[in-house]
Formats: sequence, structure tokens, C-alpha cells
Amino acid sequence: MALNDMGPPDLKRAERRTRLFMIFLGLVFLATFLTILDWNLLERYGPRFLRGVGVTFKLVLISVGIGSAVALPVALARLSANRLVNNLALGYITFFRGTPLLAQLFLVYYGTGQFREAMEAVNLWWFFRDPFFCAALTFTLNTTAYQAEILRGAIQSVPKGQWEAGHALGLSRAVTFLKVILPQAYIIALRPLGNELILMIKGSAVASVVTVFDIMGTTRLAFSRSFDFQVYLWAAVLYLFIVETIRIAWSFIERRLTRHLRVSRS
Amino acid sequence: MTELIGLLSFGSDGWGDELLEGAFLTLRLALATLPFGLVIGLCVALLKNAESPALQALGNLYTTIFRGLPELLTLFIIYFGGQILLKEMLDVVAPGTTVEVSSFVAGIIALSIVFGAFASEVFLAAIRAVPKGQGEAAAALGLSRWQGFRLVLFPQLFRLALPGLGNLWLVLLKDTALVSVIALDDLLRQTNVAVGVTKEPFFFYLVACLLYLAMSLVSTTCVALLEKRYNRGFAGSR
Repeated sequence: MALNDMGPPDLKRAERRTRLFMIFLGLVFLATFLTILDWNLLERYGPRFLRGVGVTFKLVLISVGIGSAVALPVALARLSANRLVNNLALGYITFFRGTPLLAQLFLVYYGTGQFREAMEAVNLWWFFRDPFFCAALTFTLNTTAYQAEILRGAIQSVPKGQWEAGHALGLSRAVTFLKVILPQAYIIALRPLGNELILMIKGSAVASVVTVFDIMGTTRLAFSRSFDFQVYLWAAVLYLFIVETIRIAWSFIERRLTRHLRVSRS
Repeated sequence: MTELIGLLSFGSDGWGDELLEGAFLTLRLALATLPFGLVIGLCVALLKNAESPALQALGNLYTTIFRGLPELLTLFIIYFGGQILLKEMLDVVAPGTTVEVSSFVAGIIALSIVFGAFASEVFLAAIRAVPKGQGEAAAALGLSRWQGFRLVLFPQLFRLALPGLGNLWLVLLKDTALVSVIALDDLLRQTNVAVGVTKEPFFFYLVACLLYLAMSLVSTTCVALLEKRYNRGFAGSR
């Protein structure tokens, strides 16, 4: 092992001790949770909760997936020299980043209900009457705005010399952008994009307000029927488990993708 | 179009005053949350910066939990959980009394817990960015630990934390919309009421969004002014 990934030995040890304490505290929480766990209740609502996890995943994967595809053109529009295109993108991003997700969801779900006849005429009503589709659409629009802003920042923070180097090699601007700038921009954007994914998982809980039965929706249903507060704790454990798993997996992916950038270990 | 504008008029037949009242409540909730959130954030950051691994672990656990939970879930846990807890405690003293947790207070508690979790990360980064020599210099001048923190370290770390805290304030402002779900008459809930009566959902939700947007934009300007003021000694280096 080389010296540079060790750090001061006592610092490392303190870090390890902190982690041990955290695991210990986590186990204490888990044990408390298991002792209050009502297995009958779990038998009754467990399968529903699993379906809820599925719905949450579907919502997040659809919106983050489509969002990541649409975010790039929006980011490019924000970087465009064309004033009209630039301002349109800016307006879109400002609106969706400056207003609450819940208000956006109401705007899409209840707001479009007002135009039912027009929607039926163009055969879109089946889409907008379904709370799941409306939530997916709202979340897509929302995450696109955030991801576009992340990408814009990342693209802008790639050093200008990279453009010049591409030019010096005789590459066209398009090729330079696709093969030189964009891969580096995505590396910079990796961490904030991971945060955005986690934010979407948390944010998707608001879909329960328009009767989507995701994890949160299932929890509210189970609580309204059983009046047992522990269902909220189940949801908390579920969300924490999902978020932490994704965080750890993401940091693994990040380490793997940036391994060529770190100082080489001899 | 004029009919729609008419719906926004003040007085008994328009919704303008109700919406503004809601916006005012939203703003009050966010402003009332801010000091609690900042204090929690600073305390948790100091825990995470402490020497004892146990304290560090406690701080880390707090952040992990409340950054990982959806804000809506935290709100429900505080609102319903607080109600149950209070009832159980009151049953010991005076059985049979009913309690209701005010949704405004539940909102403040839940939002400041979440704000504190995020703010602690911002404060921690700022604490670590202030050179160690500053604390040592304060001690060498004979200032007590508390004096050194209050007079020397805090002003410096607050300047560094300001941009991050500004972002968190914007997030907080938007998160207040969630309290409409536990029946607090904030902007979003007043809008729901207006929609229920007028059957003009698209228009009213759009107006609500624009009001939120206006609050966000005003906040951005204020934060920029604050940052400028805190950076005034650094004009050359920036």
C-alpha cells in the first residue's frame, strides 16, 4: 500500500471507531424496531408494502430515466447563443426549480382535469386522469430541470483548454463536444446526479397525496385502516434502506468510473 | 381572461386576499423554522466535529436518518407520532383528555429537523475550512472557548456557510408546501380551497406556483445581498 491512501494513522483509527459506533447505534435502533414490530400487521400489509416499493421504483426510474435523456438538450439550450432558445430553457428551469413539487403535481393532475373535453377530443384523457401517469409526468418535468442545471454547470466547468485541444487536433466542434467535453462533464456531474436520484426517491412520496399507492401511499392507507403508528416506522426503515443502498452503490460506481483520475498506486 | 383576473380580487368575492394570507403563513412558517433549523444544524455540526467517536457517530446518524427520510414522512411521524406520544403522557396525568398537535408547530418541528440535518453538512464544511490557527490565536489572546467560537470562529464560518444555507432556505420555502397536507392553511391549501369553490384548478395552481416563484426570487436577491455584505472584506480576492 502506498503512503498516500493511508492518511495520519490516528485519524484513520478515529474514523473507524466512529463507524463502529454508528453501526452499534444502528443495530440498537434496528433491535428496538424489531421488538415493537407487530408480525400480524406485517402479514396483513407486507405484500401491499412490497407493491408500494415497486410503484415508487417505477415512478423514480421512469422520471429519472426520461429526465436524464431530455436534460441534455435542455442544458444545451441553456448554453446556446440563441437568445430565444436560451430564455425558454431558463424560464422552464426557473419555474420547475422555484416551485414546490407538490404544487406542480396539483397543477398537472387537477389542473388538466379542467380541460377534460379537449383532452378527450385528442384522446389524451386516459393519460391525465390517471394519478400515476400525472405523477410520472410531473416528476419527469421536475427532474429534467434539475438535471439540466447540473449538466450545464458540469459542461461549463470543463476547462476551456479541452475545447482548444480538440480544435488543435482538427476535430469538429460536434466531435469535440461528444468525445472530449461530454465524458468529462458527466464525470463532474456524477455526484450531483446521484444526489438528484436520491432527492427524487424522497420527493416521490408526495405522489401519495394524489392517491398513488407508492410506499408512502401504502403507509397512509395502512395507517388509516389500522391506526397503528408503527406503519410509519416501517416506511421510515424502508426509505432509509433504499436511500442508503443507492448512496453506497452510487459511490462505488463513482469510485470505479473515476479510478483513472486518482493518483496511481504503485 | 378578465373573469379569471376578477377571481383574484380582494374582498368577499375574490380570492386574492385568501391567497396572500396563505403566502404570508407560508413565509411565517419558513421564517419561524429558520432559527431552530440553524441552531440544530450548528449543534449537529459541532457533534460531528467533536473528538469523541461516540458523539461523531451520533451526529452522523442524525444526518443519515433525516437526510434519507422523505420530508413528508418526517412530517407525518412528528404530527401523528407527537399526537400519540402527548396523549400517552397526558393519560398518566389526566386520563381521558384529548390533545391535538397544532399543525403549525408540527410543521416547524419537522421542517427544522430536516433543515438541521442538511445545514449540519454545510456548517461542518465551513468549520473545517476556517484555519485551525484562528482558534489557537483566540486561545492565545486569553479568550475562553465559547468567546473564541462566538467572536472569532463563527463570523468566519458563517460567511463560508452562507451560499449553502441560502440554497437550503430555498428548499425550506418549497418544503413548507407539504404542511398543506396536514391541514395548515398555507398558500397551497388556500389554493385548494379556492379551486374547490371556483372549479378553476389550472389557473389557481398556476397562480400559487407563481407566488412561490416570486418568494424564491426575492429570497435569492436577499441571499445575494447578504453574501455581498459578508464578503465585503474580501472584495479583492473574489
